[in-house]
Amino acid sequence: MILGRVSGSVVSTIHHRIVDGHKLLVAERLDQAGRPTGGYVIALDAIGAGKGETVLILDEGNGARQILDDASAPVRSIVVGIVDAVEVEPN
Amino acid sequence: MLLGRVIGTVVPAMVVDEISATPLLWVQPLDRDGRPEGKPLVCADGTRMAGPGQMIYWVASREAALTLDPWFVPIDDAIVGLVDDVRLYPPEDGL
Repeated sequence: MILGRVSGSVVSTIHHRIVDGHKLLVAERLDQAGRPTGGYVIALDAIGAGKGETVLILDEGNGARQILDDASAPVRSIVVGIVDAVEVEPN
Repeated sequence: MLLGRVIGTVVPAMVVDEISATPLLWVQPLDRDGRPEGKPLVCADGTRMAGPGQMIYWVASREAALTLDPWFVPIDDAIVGLVDDVRLYPPEDGL
């Protein structure tokens, strides 16, 4: 799983049936210090995450299919948690 | 899933039977701001509605093979949906 920050959403009317009823979020990938790395991912929202929130993103297909309860879902990235805090041990 | 823009149509002269009825499009991957990022790739079009100029989002590997109907065909990138709009929240909102 990866940490991301919700920085936007994607509006899509024509899509695979699995996207029906789900929000598509643009999430910035975060580094150890919580800063955006420049990478991003478009993830299905399974939890109701919103603007600016730090989220836990499952970035693996089989796990995503398990959450969507659909063995044929063409989805790899899915937001599975909202993060309150990340504590990093000082070196 | 990542953003991309359809930059062309691929018309194969001959392909394996499994993907003979699959539309193939040439796609330039984009960063979140819509700028080209990385090298173009050929995507199968699961929506069957994308065309040149269209912004789309796509998946790779096993997920791509699940996008089409019938599913589990030998492809490694596929379009999952068409993008109408990418709404990025303004950075001054604490991002």
